Amino acid sequence: MTITATELGVVLLIAIMTVVTLLTRFGGVFAMSFVRISPRIESFINTMASSVLIAIIVPMAFSGDAGAIAALSVTAVTMLLLQKPLPAIAAGIASAALVRYLF
Amino acid sequence: MPNHSYPYQLQPRKVRAEFVRLFPISLFVVAFGTAFGLAAIQSGLAPLEAILMSTTVFAGASQFAALELWGKEVPILPLVAVVFAINSRHLLMGASLYPMLKDVSPGKRYSLLLLLTDANWAVSAQEYQNGRRNLEVILGGGLVLWLAWIFGTWLGVYFGGLLQNPKNLGLDMVLGCFLLSMALGGKKSPRVLVSWAVAAVASLAAWKWLPPNTHVVTGALAGGLIGYFWLDKKPAGQASQEAEQS
Repeated sequence: MTITATELGVVLLIAIMTVVTLLTRFGGVFAMSFVRISPRIESFINTMASSVLIAIIVPMAFSGDAGAIAALSVTAVTMLLLQKPLPAIAAGIASAALVRYLF
Repeated sequence: MPNHSYPYQLQPRKVRAEFVRLFPISLFVVAFGTAFGLAAIQSGLAPLEAILMSTTVFAGASQFAALELWGKEVPILPLVAVVFAINSRHLLMGASLYPMLKDVSPGKRYSLLLLLTDANWAVSAQEYQNGRRNLEVILGGGLVLWLAWIFGTWLGVYFGGLLQNPKNLGLDMVLGCFLLSMALGGKKSPRVLVSWAVAAVASLAAWKWLPPNTHVVTGALAGGLIGYFWLDKKPAGQASQEAEQS
């Protein structure tokens, strides 16, 4: 099944993408409205939430180039030292740019 | 039955403050949007179509992935599958905000979710871990990120040539660095560190062996299982066997 990328077709494709994305935005909350929040569920939610971040970042580091690895390690070190996000992010991005410029 | 009082009141002042607070990161989102706008034009989308997509979909990684499928004919099922897989992390992100979202009316709850994206969610989830309730950042922060994404796409569509290779400037790492800095803020209990290790291993395994784009959900659920079986008050021993299973 395909949609031809005419003007109407593209609008239809974008509508499909929008609906699918909305389902993901709404779905988790909708499902939770049927769940009683016990301490166990609360604990699940909390560890899951910070695990989302790890599950995004770790494969990103493993699949990334030297610049990506530099960015993430510099961000980590700066953040652990200063506990301030913006300098950590800025240093990370700058080191990715620097590594890619040099190598 | 749930009771129908909704104690969480969104404070307009705090919403504005969160809009301003996420403004710096939204500048990076503009750059990312510019890269998307340029890529969209190169894939054959018309300028208004690219801007429409950014406005209504508002999920960068999945939009880039959709461009890979773009051509004279676009296959529907692969498009739905890839968009769903990449954005399925929203399911977990939304669920993790439920303890706060249940305290606003359903209308407001689902309106807030329209603006749910990685950066504003990361702030809200992180503050919740540290005992602060902040839905204002979903609204205020989400708005500034959404506007930045649309504005960036517009820039890329018309002036994309200015930013031929955003990777050279490290701009592809903005979100990764931002999320990492969110994760590392504050104190971590042993329970959280164990769940991170499990999430890291599970996400890598999924990335290697499972279908593409399933690694975030797999890793997050594996990490969540640690929390499910290892409550803060209970002795630490229970977590180890669970780590084996996931």
